[in-house]
Amino acid sequence: MSAAPQKAKAGAEKIEVTVSAVVPLNPLVTRFEFTRRDGQPFPPFSAGAHTVVEMRDGARTRLNPYSLMSDPGDSSIYAISVRRDDQGRGGSLFLHNQVKVGDPMTITYPVNLFPLDLRGRKHVFLAGGIGITPFLAMIAHLERMGGAWELHYSCRSKELGTYVDELTYKHPNKVHVYFDDQDQAIGLEDLLDGQPLGTHVYVCGPKGMIDWVHATAAAHGWPDENVHSEEFLAPQPGKPFEVRLCKSDITIQVGEHESLLEAMERCGVDAPFLCRGGACGQCETDVVSSDGDFVHRDHWLDDDEHASGKKIMPCVSRFVGKSLVLDR
Amino acid sequence: MSKFQFPPSISSRPVYGTLEPRPGKAHLMIADAEGAEALLDLAASDAALFANAHIIYIPKDTGETYVERLRALGPAQFYVGPSYAASVQRIRRVLSDAHMGLQVYLAGTEGLMGQAQNEAMQAGIPHGAIQTEHRGSVARRMQCVHCKGITEDVTTDPFVCSHCGLNLFVRDHYSRRLAAFQGVCIDAEDPGNVPEPVELYK
Ligand code: FES
Repeated sequence: MSAAPQKAKAGAEKIEVTVSAVVPLNPLVTRFEFTRRDGQPFPPFSAGAHTVVEMRDGARTRLNPYSLMSDPGDSSIYAISVRRDDQGRGGSLFLHNQVKVGDPMTITYPVNLFPLDLRGRKHVFLAGGIGITPFLAMIAHLERMGGAWELHYSCRSKELGTYVDELTYKHPNKVHVYFDDQDQAIGLEDLLDGQPLGTHVYVCGPKGMIDWVHATAAAHGWPDENVHSEEFLAPQPGKPFEVRLCKSDITIQVGEHESLLEAMERCGVDAPFLCRGGACGQCETDVVSSDGDFVHRDHWLDDDEHASGKKIMPCVSRFVGKSLVLDR
Repeated sequence: MSKFQFPPSISSRPVYGTLEPRPGKAHLMIADAEGAEALLDLAASDAALFANAHIIYIPKDTGETYVERLRALGPAQFYVGPSYAASVQRIRRVLSDAHMGLQVYLAGTEGLMGQAQNEAMQAGIPHGAIQTEHRGSVARRMQCVHCKGITEDVTTDPFVCSHCGLNLFVRDHYSRRLAAFQGVCIDAEDPGNVPEPVELYK
């Protein structure tokens, strides 16, 4: 009798790494560099990819996605730059406060939900704050290829301008920085006007900035295909709720400070995921029945699907009401 | 003239829509023959568009029927060309000078739309952002898969390749790169056994 096919575990393949450097860049942002524990080169990644970092914080396991910001041409290290979020769910605080050089950690193979469109004639990057990270890898890639690009980077202040000095030193003519505390702002309309046909824009930053870029570009006649964005949503806390998982045949409680996906994992259910931020679509789950209201927060399902009550993205979305039964 | 509804086919076969005004910095409109009617309809829904429009029009056998009505729309630039081949240099020039925010509207025969779409895509405009509307003749631009020659304005199936003389069966298999449908020898196994040509879609 042949063995039953092995079911792949949820999430991307894992890589065991050692923290090889912890480099504070400013009061809020620190870079973490990893080397592989087995001494092999890292898998190549395409600029814009992220890795999911596993953090064992006491009894709790956190899995947070971070953009790889190291040079995709260098397979000896992976690096991420993390902004400390004192109001966040604790992942960034854990990295900032607990992680030291030499620590063993586990990260996933890279997954790219924000790739360069290499058919583009020119690439215009719009970064807000820590949204700069994927563009560092993209810039390294385009510099090697001789691709045309420019960066418009808005940050709070000089002090909090992560990588501003390095970028302006290396690429004085391509990097434009705008400091909020000096009342400087990206002149988006002028910047969109006059770009050659075949230009693509990429935006990474707060939601307001992403929406602003999409809306302004559309009003200026840019095709949707030429406007790219990436926003990882962190799951938001909410009222605890109960969920029945019919395939697994269990009923679980989702706590105030955990996501539905995290609650399933805590209860031993191997639920699919990749980005854990509402962007990739991997965790999409069918709703068998529900009596109550969904709190949809993902970027994956469209408005009709949200309204239908037939699907939910457990990595970021929640539920308020009497009963929820999922096909998981 | 009422619009022709192409029957559903394989996914390779292009489908066309209805031109609608879109926001943009400049508007490039390329039409042939009855395609002019689609531009006139577009003007009926948004006449203001034409202040920043460049119309490239190839009347083919409609002669002067539409020329003055198109001119009356007041486009920023208006060019009437004797053939697509004579107009293509101008199309390339307009695209190479253009910036993001350009909207492209194509109307008329499949051959015209396919070739102009190809130019626009090569200039960096994504396929999905190029609007098309079929009007007029259902004639097709065909490539002979044997000699690679292109025969324009094919109206019957089968037809005779204008380059190598083979009898070709008209397929719905389409190449965006060539802007042509595929024509395949219909009597390869039994030379001379060629069905009576029938008019396309009749
Ligand atoms: S894991 Fe990517 S959308 Fe939920």
